[in-house]
Amino acid sequence: MRHVISILLENESGALSRVAGLFSARGYNIESLTVAPTEDPTLSRMTLVTSGSEEIIEQITKQLNKLVDVVKLMDLSEGPHLEREMMLIKVNAQGEAREEVKRLTDIFRGRIIDVTETTYVIELTGDGGKLDAFIQALGKSGIIEVVRSGPSGISRGERALRA
Amino acid sequence: MELTGAEIFVRCLKDEGVEYVFGYPGGAALHIYDALYKQEEVKHILVRHEQGATHAADGYARSTGKPGVVLVTSGPGVTNTVTGIATAYMDSIPLVVFSGQVATQLIGNDAFQEVDAVGITRPCVKHNILVKDVKDVATAVKKAFFIATTGRPGPVLVDLPKDVTAARCEYEYPKSVTMRSYSPVVKGHPGQIKRAVEMLLDAKRPMIYTGGGIVLGEASKSLTEFVQLLGYPITQTLMGLGSFPASDPLFVGMLGMHGTYEANMGMHECDVLLAVGARFDDRVTGDLKQFCPGARIIHVDVDPASISKNVPVEVPIVGSADSVLKEMIKLIKGAKQKPDKTALSAWWKKIDEWRGLKCMAYDRKSTLIKPQYVIEKLHELTLGDAFVTSDVGQHQMWAAQFYKFNKPRRWINSGGLGTMGFGLPAAIGVQLAHPDETVVCITGEASIQMCIQELSTAKQYDLPIKIVNLNNRYMGMVRQWQEFFYENRYSHSYMDALPDFNKLAEAYGHVGMRIEKPADVEGALKEALKMKDRLVFLDFITDQKENVYPMVAAGKGQHEMVMSPCLRDIDIERELA
Repeated sequence: MRHVISILLENESGALSRVAGLFSARGYNIESLTVAPTEDPTLSRMTLVTSGSEEIIEQITKQLNKLVDVVKLMDLSEGPHLEREMMLIKVNAQGEAREEVKRLTDIFRGRIIDVTETTYVIELTGDGGKLDAFIQALGKSGIIEVVRSGPSGISRGERALRA
Repeated sequence: MELTGAEIFVRCLKDEGVEYVFGYPGGAALHIYDALYKQEEVKHILVRHEQGATHAADGYARSTGKPGVVLVTSGPGVTNTVTGIATAYMDSIPLVVFSGQVATQLIGNDAFQEVDAVGITRPCVKHNILVKDVKDVATAVKKAFFIATTGRPGPVLVDLPKDVTAARCEYEYPKSVTMRSYSPVVKGHPGQIKRAVEMLLDAKRPMIYTGGGIVLGEASKSLTEFVQLLGYPITQTLMGLGSFPASDPLFVGMLGMHGTYEANMGMHECDVLLAVGARFDDRVTGDLKQFCPGARIIHVDVDPASISKNVPVEVPIVGSADSVLKEMIKLIKGAKQKPDKTALSAWWKKIDEWRGLKCMAYDRKSTLIKPQYVIEKLHELTLGDAFVTSDVGQHQMWAAQFYKFNKPRRWINSGGLGTMGFGLPAAIGVQLAHPDETVVCITGEASIQMCIQELSTAKQYDLPIKIVNLNNRYMGMVRQWQEFFYENRYSHSYMDALPDFNKLAEAYGHVGMRIEKPADVEGALKEALKMKDRLVFLDFITDQKENVYPMVAAGKGQHEMVMSPCLRDIDIERELA
């Protein structure tokens, strides 16, 4: 099953590679990983998407907790939570496609953030499914580049991950 | 007064109470070596290879409970420590390794003797730290010792760039260290402990299985009291030996691949299993699908990640072995319910039947020296009281089977990683820590050659180690597997062109002995043990084809043991008598 794990870790060089190294050394799989400093600059917050049986997920969270740089973590999938992913996508915007792409972007509530005579760059945020749907709607031929951030997650309501 | 980073480092070691540093100098560590030269409190032991330094520090740590300290230079200095660090990591040994590093402005430039020490050691340390500022030296050292010695212990590496050890600042050693991201649990959950005790008192066929965690957690006394209070059978892993007296009849021997018949059968047929400070390693469990089929399992461990890793557990208890066992003792003493005497005596009857098989039997009439006999004699002559280090292979298993350890921290071997070359340097660390005790390194002609250069270190510091070399001209365990599983194709397991170990020992300034007949074994051991101030290398020419029995082949169930071929003869003997 897919799990979204949120991790607070010391914002120190090497902390990220400890997490990544743990996954490769123990043969766990990482679907995506996002990380950036938090409002407290000594802490980074990571959202890691992985999958595995209940036993494997239990081992993953225990092993992560064992890393000295990991301050706290939470398996967001254990409760109601939100996931958002950002995508930047560069598309062909010539001829008929130019108007069609604009329309699709509006429907998906995206924004065109760069315009040339031949291309658009579109910014789109949402859960992974929405981004997939947008890519599908555009069709392969028009897409020049796709950059996805991987999901960031947060729990709903009062449940929170704090140091 | 401002001190240099190197001086600060040495002051930290002093303030941490470090007695010995095992190391080898080199360019990036020279400021530190200069600071060491100017003082006398911290003694430096010069090894002949950095791997030897890590094993020596490891032996020191295992035999004392104090952290072992290593100091090496950058590049090859630190890469040579990797085997030793991984050895300590697998067996949870508190080791603090300090490595010199090229100056910070050179890091990443492929400078001379530069290697990413933190990167290379990351998968085999509990934690590691690259110090980039002289102001952080003292805190880094304090943290390193704190992390290495608390919770589930393990090795920590601190990388010290040359400019950091040259720079100056005020020295203050932090009295304590708190880390928001690291606070190991000590006390077990009271509710879980209560549940565990109820389960134990309800047991009809109980089994206690303990490991290295008892030794590391100084829980030997509590364990002994606990087991004797219940009167339940106890088995121990390779790493746990000595933490419950082997001479106590409640001890059914080591379990696992080369464990006793009674221990493995007891595990297979028990209804309640209490595991403390053990990690259900594959060498213990055999085939997981067939492991303890009828047992409800309680697992006490200081490391939550060890619990339910290989075997699902009904009652997990995260806490230090000593604290949890003490709580359990209190509850058992206070409980109205007592262990079921009838069930227990029926269980013991069964165990004694298994015991009666005498699974460790070997051919005592052989005209060749049997390795088991050498260890039995050694045990007898040292009254079971020596510190015994070993290398890895058949001799290690025989040492574990035939040297009956009654005290913890006396049996020192590389269990998890299985590092050949461990025994001699480890013995150096043990002998330094216990100058008046008998220290024996049980080894084989293959293992000993992996770190034999440390004979020179032993000479330099006058360490009277006794090396018992069980020389069968084979990598014995490899040969045994090839005999069992590869139809006697002894691919590259024969040791040809061996040195004359007598002459070799003498060349290093030690005493050498070669023993070829069973009748000479006892005399040679006696003579060697009498030489209190000399290292003696005893080269026993043993039976080439002897195997370690019983054996649970890899992937088999614990109860599916291959027994020694000489068992049948013994049975006949018994019948005749």
